[in-house]
Amino acid sequence: MTDVLTPVLTDNWDAERSWTLASYESRGGYAALDKAFGMAPDAIIDAVKESGLRGRGGAGFPTGMKWGFIPQDNPKPKYLVVNADESEPGTCKDIPLMMASPHTLVEGVIISSYAIRATKAFIYIRGEVLHVIRRVQRAVQEAYLAGHLGTNIHGSGYDLDIVVHAGAGAYICGEETALLEGLEGRRGQPRLRPPFPAVAGLYASPTVINNVESIASVPSIIANGHSWFASMGTEKSKGVGIFSLSGHVKRPGQYEAPLGITLRTLIDLAGGIREGHELKFWTPGGSSTPLLTAEHLDVPLDFEGVGAAGSMLGTRALQIFDDTTCVVRATLRWTEFYKHESCGKCTPCREGTWWLVQVLAALEKGQGTEADLDLLLDQCDNILGRSFCALADGAVSPVASSIQFFRDEYVAHLTHGGCPFDPAAATVFAPAGATA
Amino acid sequence: MSTTPEKTDDLVTVTIDGIQTSVPKGMLVIRAAEQVGVQIPRFCDHPLLAPVGACRQCLVDIPDAGNGRGFPKPQASCTLPVAEGMVVNTQATSPVADKAQQGIMEFLLINHPLDCPVCDKGGECPLQNQAMSNGRGESRFTGYKRTYPKPINISAQVLLDRERCILCARCTRFSEQIAGDPFIALIERGALQQVGIYEREPFESYFSGNTIQICPVGALTSADYRFRSRPFDLVSTPSVAEHDACGSAIRVDHRRGKVMRRLAGNDPEVNEEWITDKDRFGFHYATEPDRLTYPQVRDEDGSLRPASWTEAFAVAARGLRAAGSSAVLTGGRVTAEDAFAYSKFARVALGTNDVDFRSRPLSAEETSFLASEVVLRSTVTYADLEAAKTVVLAGLEPEDEAGMIFLRLRKASTKGTRVVSIAPYASRGLTKMSGQLVRTAPGAEAAALEGLTSHAALRDGSSLASSGTVEIDATAVILVGERLATSPGALSAAAALAARTGARLAWVPRRAGDRGAVETGCLPNLLPGGRPVADPAARVDAAATWGVEGLPEAPGRDADAIVAALRSGELGGLVVGGVDPDDTADPAATRAALEAASFVVALELRETEVTRLADVVFPVAPASDKAGTFVTWEGRPRPFPAVFAKPTSLPDLRILSGIAEEMGSPLGFRTVEEARSQMEEMGPWDGERAALDAVAAPAAGSTEGLALATWKLLVDNGSMQDGDKAYRATGRAPVARLSRATYDAVGPTVTLTGDRGSVTLPAEPADLDDGVVWVPANSFGNGVLADLASPGSRVTVAKGSDS
Repeated sequence: MTDVLTPVLTDNWDAERSWTLASYESRGGYAALDKAFGMAPDAIIDAVKESGLRGRGGAGFPTGMKWGFIPQDNPKPKYLVVNADESEPGTCKDIPLMMASPHTLVEGVIISSYAIRATKAFIYIRGEVLHVIRRVQRAVQEAYLAGHLGTNIHGSGYDLDIVVHAGAGAYICGEETALLEGLEGRRGQPRLRPPFPAVAGLYASPTVINNVESIASVPSIIANGHSWFASMGTEKSKGVGIFSLSGHVKRPGQYEAPLGITLRTLIDLAGGIREGHELKFWTPGGSSTPLLTAEHLDVPLDFEGVGAAGSMLGTRALQIFDDTTCVVRATLRWTEFYKHESCGKCTPCREGTWWLVQVLAALEKGQGTEADLDLLLDQCDNILGRSFCALADGAVSPVASSIQFFRDEYVAHLTHGGCPFDPAAATVFAPAGATA
Repeated sequence: MSTTPEKTDDLVTVTIDGIQTSVPKGMLVIRAAEQVGVQIPRFCDHPLLAPVGACRQCLVDIPDAGNGRGFPKPQASCTLPVAEGMVVNTQATSPVADKAQQGIMEFLLINHPLDCPVCDKGGECPLQNQAMSNGRGESRFTGYKRTYPKPINISAQVLLDRERCILCARCTRFSEQIAGDPFIALIERGALQQVGIYEREPFESYFSGNTIQICPVGALTSADYRFRSRPFDLVSTPSVAEHDACGSAIRVDHRRGKVMRRLAGNDPEVNEEWITDKDRFGFHYATEPDRLTYPQVRDEDGSLRPASWTEAFAVAARGLRAAGSSAVLTGGRVTAEDAFAYSKFARVALGTNDVDFRSRPLSAEETSFLASEVVLRSTVTYADLEAAKTVVLAGLEPEDEAGMIFLRLRKASTKGTRVVSIAPYASRGLTKMSGQLVRTAPGAEAAALEGLTSHAALRDGSSLASSGTVEIDATAVILVGERLATSPGALSAAAALAARTGARLAWVPRRAGDRGAVETGCLPNLLPGGRPVADPAARVDAAATWGVEGLPEAPGRDADAIVAALRSGELGGLVVGGVDPDDTADPAATRAALEAASFVVALELRETEVTRLADVVFPVAPASDKAGTFVTWEGRPRPFPAVFAKPTSLPDLRILSGIAEEMGSPLGFRTVEEARSQMEEMGPWDGERAALDAVAAPAAGSTEGLALATWKLLVDNGSMQDGDKAYRATGRAPVARLSRATYDAVGPTVTLTGDRGSVTLPAEPADLDDGVVWVPANSFGNGVLADLASPGSRVTVAKGSDS
């Protein structure tokens, strides 16, 4: 059963003190760097293009193509920015990766920066995770001391500095242009595009912004060859990825597997749903991706498969909810998150999330009428695709999808005069035998 | 409303709501739609601010972006440039766009208090109007709204009702992009995002009132206008601001004979859509309780008593005849028509060239400069400032003295124009224009101007930027302020620099009527239309137009000489209007002259020390009560109509014509229209101009003490700013600026002592030379000239006590 797993990024996580340079190097770490320095930068970009690596931050944009957008004739400096502002509810892959093997990321940053001809790279880490910031800072320091960073790295003549930047607690800074604003010292709010970051990003210079997992995948692609990477996964979603299972499964955790694996297989790997319960609904890629249900257990978890099922692969943050969970309550919690995190720049997101929360909160208490469900859907329609950035699109995903699949449960709140579920039953400390 | 991009040769064809049209490349869809008559609703969009796309009200459907593919979602038309072949469907034809807009409007209103019945904006509110045109009739929102304590002062003048704010960021973008005063910013996030200030840096900007005007809701109001009236009760009259030589278009809103507020007019060639706070809030002077409302004559017991107009005319005429030689001082605030009347009155009724509009420090060099380099010339416009590669400022601090020049130069500086200032230190205004300082002690301006070209001649191209020299050629503009009159040789040096390099030269006075007074000959050496007094042909030409036998030949006295002659008894009578002795080079001498004069006729708006000393006092109309023309620093005539028709409020020219008729030398006009047609009939002088009597810069003088640099701040104690405490509280606190070394030696409070007195002020270090101190000219006591030092003199500095 476990042979479906393909540990690449997670391969060394069980090593003794895996986060240290010594441990990383003992398993061949930083060897890909020398191989990369033996290649022309454009050859690395080509290799990443050939590998089929698509952005692991959720949108799935081909990484090599993004690098190719950098205008190399632009006289301004080029920058690589790593988006490590992992804040999406349910998403929990980059933080464990940076905790367990920060050098994988650092090596990826060096190779990627070399490919796009950047001599300065930034790792923007979510401010709340201080332990991760410290770990990455230490890894960068180790890399400097070992000559993997700084001037004339490995005698290649290539120079690179890495700045580890701590965010200040805003989900919106995971949006790449808001992240750039934050890096430049301003309030995290998304920027008007065009110009796109590839042309005028950080400090109005050409900038590549990639997710942690995308960059961390680069050393293995260089070391093993792009065809090795492309041999895994599905036709259009190649390679491996970390699938983060959380919630009502017996063994939540990180499962690295080729794209296209199904949730059924993953739940089996995780030991099944909590004893005595059944799968009710799940998110394929964090709370911003529309909910799916048990009928979608065999959907291939790649960009196309999940898209065809009406949702998005996102960050492969599989939040598993069993039958003890009230979908109205879950949706309200998520919506409260988006209301709290809306940056306020544009009207539909700022005002729409404010209103959605009020309608949902009333429904959870059994107040309102069935017409409120249509009102909610119309609000979602007025928000989706109308906002400045994608935050609001994510905010309406759980609302619209939960009404789509669980309209009866919403109505039950109204007829029941409140939530028919026992909120304690859904918790991990639920008393044995608690039922819905 | 919208501005059209300058280039019109590069057109693209788009289809908007089925109508094909060609618009300049790069134009935003929202403005292209205006070209076909479709108004897309909008809040954050403003044609003079950078697009932001925040409010999302202007969503439209783009079925074809010009490449055959459409956008799957509605697009914000305020951030989307047109493309060849683009198809745009607005709310007029697209149900998707219409629903998107209605959805946004509903969202905007859920947290808006809908307190329109008590809101100042109600009736002229873009949110209210567009909610009617592009919103749903009833909200479906039944929840609770975001509320805040209301209102908060973001400055003494500007108040913010946060719950009304729709967070369009127009105010914050204006402050940052246009005024360069980013003292307000959006803070917090989500629905609690709000406009905020840093508590120790209130919103003290000379242009803060513009944010109130461009606020699309009632979130920003002024302490001055809040709760005063409703828009639908107001009558609007276009006018021209009377506070500086910029000629800003304004809109005067009035109700039942009283001005309630003033707004910026929209004139792309002059002030665009902005005005200074002085232009906006400085109108209460006309309704102060000391406003004169009837003529007065000096009674036998020595007191002033009310008189009829006819009696006052007769008494004034009799008195002036009896006084023998008389002179005219007009101040710089009157309209060109009134100035024409003063000028003609002096020549025709008093038979003298003793007339001067300058009630401030002046020089013979300036008199000559005005006749040779300024009158009849309009070589520089606002647009030229934007196009110039380099603009040199000498004796001019635009942010304080000519606000619209400042905004234009700031805009120009963001597009590559280099601003070079010959000034004692780098002011905040210069910093905001990214300007370059040529640090110059007062009195050394002539040398600094000469230095500009000598450096340019030395340059070797490559080291131009690093050597800090200034390139002056035919693409450059030199703006000289009226203050250069106090720096001997400086105006001559500026004229010489312009002549040598081909750079264009313009003189920027402070007051609205200054340039008009030059054009109409309120100068001892000029007749109206730039006719030199010294030119017999010019005199004959003027005399022929006026139908008089001849005009006085002797060149007149300037204001300083008039004062001296009144004191010595050479002159007996004086016709004086709009002169405050404290503005003059020697306030005590001016007062003594008024007392020494045997007969004084005063034309004034309000009771002043001049009217108290006068023998006949005539009340004159404020700018709101008369039609007139101000001539801008560019030489651009800015005519304006009367806001009010008040039969007892007469313009200066009507009073002068009344006196002249009693004297038997009628002026030939009684109304503004008649004066205008006579001015037009007379026309400009087409003969030779007077030559400049160039003055060489004197050798360096005394080095005792410190040289005193000074100018008037925009917001200060000027009497035309009386009546609005909130406005005055937004002014910059008076401080003495010293070099760091001097400050360290004598700060933080200093006492300055000059030949007229001592003042104690808080001090601030600035990048001045050690030998220079700067103080504001009219922000403490009776001003620098009355209380501290004479023009061009030096002062001593000592540690001040805090008492």
